[in-house]
Amino acid sequence: MNSLKRVVIIGATSTIAEHTARQLVEKGASLYCIGRNPDKLQALLQDLKVRAGDNQRIDGCVADLLDVDRHDALIETAEQALGGMDAVLIAHGTLPDQQACQRDVALMRREVETNALSVISLLTLLGNRFEQQGAGVIAAIGSVAGNRGRQSNYVYGAAKGMVAIFLQGLRNRLAAHGVDVVTLKPGFVATPMTADFDRSGPLWAQPQDVARGIIKAMIHGRGETYLPGFWRWIMLVITHIPEPLFKRMTL
Amino acid sequence: MRAPQSWNRLPRVAPEKVLVLSQRSCALPSMAPRPLLPYGNGRSYGDVCLNDHGTLLVTRGLDRFIDFDPQTGLLRCEAGMTLAEVLALVVPQGWFLPSTPGTRQVTVGGAVANDVHGKNHHAVGSFGHHVRALELLRSDGEVITCGPGRADAWFAATVGGLGLTGLIRWVELQLMPIQTPWMWVESQRFANLEAFWPLNRRAEARWPYTVAWIDCLAKGKARGRGILLAGQHAPPQATPPSFKEGCKRVPIDPPLSLVNRLSLKVFNALYYRQPVKPQGGLSHYVPYFYPLDAIQDWNRIYGRRGFYQYQCVLPPEAAEAATAALLDTVARRGEGSFLAVLKTFGRKPSVGMLSFPRPGTTLALDFPNRGDKTLRLLDDLDAIVCEAGGALYPGKDARMPARLFQSGFPQWEAFSRFIDPAFSSRFWQRVTSGNE
Ligand SMILES: NC(=O)c1ccc[n+]([C@@H]2O[C@H](COP(=O)([O-])OP(=O)(O)OC[C@H]3O[C@@H](n4cnc5c(N)ncnc54)[C@H](OP(=O)(O)O)[C@@H]3O)[C@@H](O)[C@H]2O)c1
Repeated sequence: MNSLKRVVIIGATSTIAEHTARQLVEKGASLYCIGRNPDKLQALLQDLKVRAGDNQRIDGCVADLLDVDRHDALIETAEQALGGMDAVLIAHGTLPDQQACQRDVALMRREVETNALSVISLLTLLGNRFEQQGAGVIAAIGSVAGNRGRQSNYVYGAAKGMVAIFLQGLRNRLAAHGVDVVTLKPGFVATPMTADFDRSGPLWAQPQDVARGIIKAMIHGRGETYLPGFWRWIMLVITHIPEPLFKRMTL
Repeated sequence: MRAPQSWNRLPRVAPEKVLVLSQRSCALPSMAPRPLLPYGNGRSYGDVCLNDHGTLLVTRGLDRFIDFDPQTGLLRCEAGMTLAEVLALVVPQGWFLPSTPGTRQVTVGGAVANDVHGKNHHAVGSFGHHVRALELLRSDGEVITCGPGRADAWFAATVGGLGLTGLIRWVELQLMPIQTPWMWVESQRFANLEAFWPLNRRAEARWPYTVAWIDCLAKGKARGRGILLAGQHAPPQATPPSFKEGCKRVPIDPPLSLVNRLSLKVFNALYYRQPVKPQGGLSHYVPYFYPLDAIQDWNRIYGRRGFYQYQCVLPPEAAEAATAALLDTVARRGEGSFLAVLKTFGRKPSVGMLSFPRPGTTLALDFPNRGDKTLRLLDDLDAIVCEAGGALYPGKDARMPARLFQSGFPQWEAFSRFIDPAFSSRFWQRVTSGNE
């Protein structure tokens, strides 16, 4: 069981991250939240401060995570503010317009920067710190979309898949050092990212339920976690469809 | 996304577009089909929260606290937060909502826009009396902060303003101190309506919370028999009892209403015979204030066709006779209501131009939707309310005629000058379109 007393949340203004933050605060955690949009971050921090008790610290700062050069300083500041880090959650991401990415190489690369490179840059720095400290949890939000490339969103899928494989390797490396590395794979979650989707149907989850699953996975140091859990079985089927058949399907 | 409905599932209409708001700093959409209308948690009964030709702005994502001072009980939060979320934060710190309706599932913005009231209206007024400030975003981008003593006209229009004056972004509330989450409750049976009035007067003088449940199927000498529940916040207990909140759920839509003549008769008769506690007893605040919150989706018991709520207020002079006439009419048709609720409002004038609470007696009834038959009964009830000079509650209405609204809310024309030009609702169009 990992302690989640001092947690750094990167991409904290994401709806899934915000609900995770509230639930962590309710469990007594101190948080350092990093987000891009200053208004959203301020609203988030005000809310968490009201929810937190006197002995909990709530702090944060604004940063665009594409600015990779700032990453090390950000982590350092966060760690100082909390007086140490028990856990980190990386949550930021964007859902690219697949068709626009097919026409525009620069856009495609930017989406990969956001969803993959910025994440594994952070993971590289965090991996070294946690290896040294010899304890703690590193968690990042991937996606079920990273399990198999599909015509409707393979730029996003490829980026999330890269994060998942990177985390696999990091987990393998840090296992011997007492550090848990958690890959979170949500399915469809009702957040602003998916605002334009038709959300009827049983596969849609609420961000507060996904948040609960995230905290559980972090406490128990689970490796790969599907949220909600039934996605494991859906993805098992999807990844086992033979490629000759799969390539003719519209998914 | 499934079209948001109102709680009584009537009328069934879908908006052109549904927009989920998640940040109070965001501007109102400029491209979405108009008119716009805020939609909270869908707990009103009827069409004040429906907008079939335009865009619903779903506010549940505006669910953040902004500030809370546990010393003074002043709370500021975003308008899409539910009362349940507020209570979860403040009750353990010794504070409570000074005015609360019978469900915690309404949003703070919805509570303001309908100027909701509770069982303590006679003591403290309605929700709007406890709002210290609120912020309104208009479709032209103007931001108006109003409250008592600050842009008063906007405040009077927005409290009870049915969401039409713009988007309420946040609300500041003065909470009320409590010592424990427990209530001290006394209940007493009364044999008929005539016995209710003096009993109720005595109870109101002594208790901050009073409400009566009426067996609306009882006729003749037993007409208006029921149970009066009086309550107050309990002082600290030497050994506080334990309370664990359970939640049941109505899992399906029955094809027919489970509320029918037979079940009503049995339910009403049993309810009247329940053991009363004239010496009083402790009850946790959750089952005391929010008994139906324990059954998720309880509105499903009325089946797919939904149901009508009917809540009127009758002026003091006419209240006794008109209440009797209403109960007679309901009992005669045998179209009884599950829970007929009777309460008298206090004299404190409401804050809002369109506020429903006003001195007098309020009776709330619900009826499964049996089409024309039900509508005819409601028309008959209208005649009694109109004759008495009363009004119907917009937040619980799906069918009142325009003239009844206009006579019950004489300030409606003055109010309409404060409506945001880009905002409207199905309700508003219905009660202001022509005069049949
Ligand atoms: N919603 C789903 O169905 C779903 C499914 C599977 C996985 N996920 C993943 O879950 C995570 C959270 O998403 P969500 O659903 O909560 O959506 P969301 O509310 O839209 O959150 C995405 C967040 O990422 C932030 N972000 C994007 N680029 C950034 C950058 N360069 N620097 C800093 N922050 C940046 C955004 O910040 P701004 O507010 O400044 O734009 C936004 O707060 C994402 O990694 C997403 O890929 C979501």
